[in-house]
Amino acid sequence: MNEFHQTPSHSAPDPSHEDGSVYDGLLGTDSSQWAFGTDFEDPLAGVDTTVPDGVDHRMLAAYCLALADDALVFSHRLSEWCSNAPDLEEDIALANIALDLLGQARLLLARAAAADPDVVPVLPEGSPVPAEDALAFFREADEFRNVRFVEVPNGDFAHTVARVLLFATARLAVLDRLTGSRDAVLAAVAAKGVKELTYHRDYAGRWFLTLARGTEESRRRLVAALDQLWPLYPEMLATHPVEAAAAEAGVGVDPATVAAETDVVLEQVLAMSGVDRPQRASLAGVDGRTGRDGLHTEALSRMLAEMQVVARAHPMGQW
Amino acid sequence: MTTVVTTAYAVAATVTDPEMPMLTLEDLGVLRDVREDADGSVDVAITPTYSGCPAMATMRDDLVHRLRDAGYADVRVRVELSPAWSSDWITDRGRAALAEHGISPPGAAPIASGPVALNLLPTRRAVACPRCRSTAVELTSEFGPTACKALYRCTDCLEPFEHVKEI
Repeated sequence: MNEFHQTPSHSAPDPSHEDGSVYDGLLGTDSSQWAFGTDFEDPLAGVDTTVPDGVDHRMLAAYCLALADDALVFSHRLSEWCSNAPDLEEDIALANIALDLLGQARLLLARAAAADPDVVPVLPEGSPVPAEDALAFFREADEFRNVRFVEVPNGDFAHTVARVLLFATARLAVLDRLTGSRDAVLAAVAAKGVKELTYHRDYAGRWFLTLARGTEESRRRLVAALDQLWPLYPEMLATHPVEAAAAEAGVGVDPATVAAETDVVLEQVLAMSGVDRPQRASLAGVDGRTGRDGLHTEALSRMLAEMQVVARAHPMGQW
Repeated sequence: MTTVVTTAYAVAATVTDPEMPMLTLEDLGVLRDVREDADGSVDVAITPTYSGCPAMATMRDDLVHRLRDAGYADVRVRVELSPAWSSDWITDRGRAALAEHGISPPGAAPIASGPVALNLLPTRRAVACPRCRSTAVELTSEFGPTACKALYRCTDCLEPFEHVKEI
């Protein structure tokens, strides 16, 4: 279990205190001196988060977590490209895509927490950490509900291009349907996400084509990357009981219902690129459990260790 | 002597975007509603341009500060997610301000109908260089320094510039 420091690291800023630091005086004063403020902001401030009539709030929260975790985990993988991409433009592009997905994740985590506060990890009394951050930084790997497709480590640039293409194609189709959700918050998040994912999918599709029709080496790398990702891909379009229940209740989308249209888009890219569909069986679950059940590869634990370490060291911290 | 009555809306409408300070939040289309209640409290609604827009907290703080300075003690800023922000909401004055500051304003946003079409060719836009007005420009990247901008280069004057994307 995680052991929390009971002494607030910064909650009582006092530069003259023996444990204080010269920077404490900067906290809790006029936040306008900072480019982005010092306090947390609720991405759903003032939004009506009433759960629609007849909808099980626990199911709605579980569904939101699945959508949120896909975006959060993939956002983190993409952000690992910062300062490592082949050139500055791609560095900026991947960071932008990561930022869009992080924004979607924040809204969805906040929506999950508003639907069912019980999903939020309990932090020490007086912790200023908002629910969305508690969910992102204080859950263990087996509490994450993302598909395994988004968690495997990055490979080369071709690997990321193929992964963004497959991810954005499937997610765009799901969110496009989700705009009709009975849950007004999910519908709004989806409507915004569709606009963003359209750019992501086009970006990855163009690079896919470029790499496939580029040099022998770029094509070799792309084909290898697609082959490597292929066994993980079906999990994104498989129906999980939570998704089936959400679809049944009119708040969510069963991804299997968009599999055909997702495939049509993918076929367009593959055909234009002259790349064959890999012949690979899908990665099996363990006892029927996959990412949506909290069954993950070791890579997720390693990723979370890095992503969560600072927040976990300072559960009382103000930033 | 006359008393100038400044409405809360007029005050809120002077607040500028933290990343594009030539634009007010009103001109950007981010300021959705300002309501003054009978008890003197003010309720402001803003909408993010993109889901991950990191400027939302600053916009909120700037609105609260400006309204407090104008005498409104009780200010609440809430997020309005629907309808989703569109670049079509940037006002004519906002577009002129962008162009004047070297940023190419967006064209008309795509109209959503049916499944979103895949586009494997570089996006075609009627973009002119904000410096020399040449239309001989090329897209460098669909993603720029902020979530809402693409990068272009003018092939006549060779200057790079930013273009606010259509969404």
